[in-house]
Amino acid sequence: MSAPSPVPLLATRSLQKRFGERVVLADITLEVPRGRVLAVVGKSGTGKSVLLKCLAGVLRPDAGEVRFDGQPLSRDDADALAAFRRRCSYLFQGNALLDSLTAWENVALPLEQTTLLPKSEIRLRVADALRRLELENDARRYPSQLSGGMQKRLALARALVTRPELVLFDEPTAGLDPLRRNAVFTLIAHARREFGFTAVVVTHDLPEALAACDHLAFLDQGRIHFSGTPENFRSTSDPVVAAFRDSTESLARAVAALRAGAPLKAGSDLG
Amino acid sequence: MLSALGQATLRVIAETGDFARFTARGFASAVGSRRLGRRLVRSVYEQGVRCLPVILIVGLFTGLVLGLQGYHTLRDFSAASMLGPLVANSLIRELAPVLAALMLVGQAGSALVAELGIQRNSEQIDALETMGIDPHGFLIAPRLLAALIVYPMMTAFFALIGLVGGWLSGSVLLPLPSSVYWSSVERSIDLADVGQSMTKALVFGALTVALCCHNGFNAHRRSGSTGARAVSASTTRAVVFSSVAVLAADYLITSLLV
Repeated sequence: MSAPSPVPLLATRSLQKRFGERVVLADITLEVPRGRVLAVVGKSGTGKSVLLKCLAGVLRPDAGEVRFDGQPLSRDDADALAAFRRRCSYLFQGNALLDSLTAWENVALPLEQTTLLPKSEIRLRVADALRRLELENDARRYPSQLSGGMQKRLALARALVTRPELVLFDEPTAGLDPLRRNAVFTLIAHARREFGFTAVVVTHDLPEALAACDHLAFLDQGRIHFSGTPENFRSTSDPVVAAFRDSTESLARAVAALRAGAPLKAGSDLG
Repeated sequence: MLSALGQATLRVIAETGDFARFTARGFASAVGSRRLGRRLVRSVYEQGVRCLPVILIVGLFTGLVLGLQGYHTLRDFSAASMLGPLVANSLIRELAPVLAALMLVGQAGSALVAELGIQRNSEQIDALETMGIDPHGFLIAPRLLAALIVYPMMTAFFALIGLVGGWLSGSVLLPLPSSVYWSSVERSIDLADVGQSMTKALVFGALTVALCCHNGFNAHRRSGSTGARAVSASTTRAVVFSSVAVLAADYLITSLLV
């Protein structure tokens, strides 16, 4: 059995992105080893989705570089980008389903447009993907006829149907109830075991991120403030990380104090 | 003021270049675009079949008015028998290609801008890119090719129904004999005029649909507006620019071919 490649599947160095005067990503350097799950967490508006889009080649960084399987990735290199996209999938925060296509057609789209699979194989894969995500009865419906949760699952089916090597998830459980959230993360775990893809997951769901990922990056003020294992993240005494990590408990304390009659403090979780 | 004028000029040149590159890429991406036929059929349906009732109604009333005005004007010169050639030449050379294009822009073109703008805003176009699907080949090429099919057909329908409208005015509502009307129409129709009409239709179709696609595809780049407002602004801009482009192109083509 050959040794796994030491080259990380995805890596960035000194990545920067700004919108006008606003610097969203100041200096991002990270590596995603092959076969691992990297969770990117942070407060809302810290640029997690922007980072993911830079990694996917949807946004052009203003500086720095992105490497996929050791090769530099740039929007100016069409061949490298095309090769990358054949091996990578992206799950958008808003699902980005094509609303003029049915559920079946949405899932079949990447297979029909970018692979040479025969129709019978495409049919099998699409049916299997829809069945795994409990959408087999909704194959003929359009995205607008599905609930938010069903749309999320449909987008997930489309992202996984091509059996990619790398999957970029932008808030994969947003809008889902707790049961479905668990189901989606379980499905991601099963799919990883079956197909062995590498994943980068941007999520607000800290408990699930800690449970599902191998490595965690905490984004704050445009930089990776923390990078390490979930165990290190749980135990670190870094004040910025601790404030984010323990925010659920501090929020519960603040709400309990308010109910007991204490005044609302400026800068509190509710203020 | 000079600086502002200079910047505005540079902006117009840059936009024109961007539009030209976009259109060229749209046509070029048709080559190798998978399952283009299915999307082409859908585009022909949306641009053509759905707009047919409007084309027929406007064509009919255009012919009716032409017949009415033409008869009363020609009668003063004892030339009422020339109503057929008047209606036919006016329709075929000018009114059919221009008015059909304007109607298509208003109905299909505006819908096209809105659809692409919404797809841009909801990241559907980004999703195509991340799946390795060229958005130009998937979204733009079928629409451009459909325009080359639809615009000449709608122009022909417009002209035909307009001729019927002229006959209704001149021979049913007014006393010009039908045989005189139709025989003079047949004699006056020249293949060169039909060729000119079809050339105009092709140019108008490519130009207007390209303008509408360009505005919808780039709705997110509008400065000063975002979201639904950007889509709305793009739609208005596309319809206005397309309408002006039709009239300007009509003059240019007529001056070259006449």
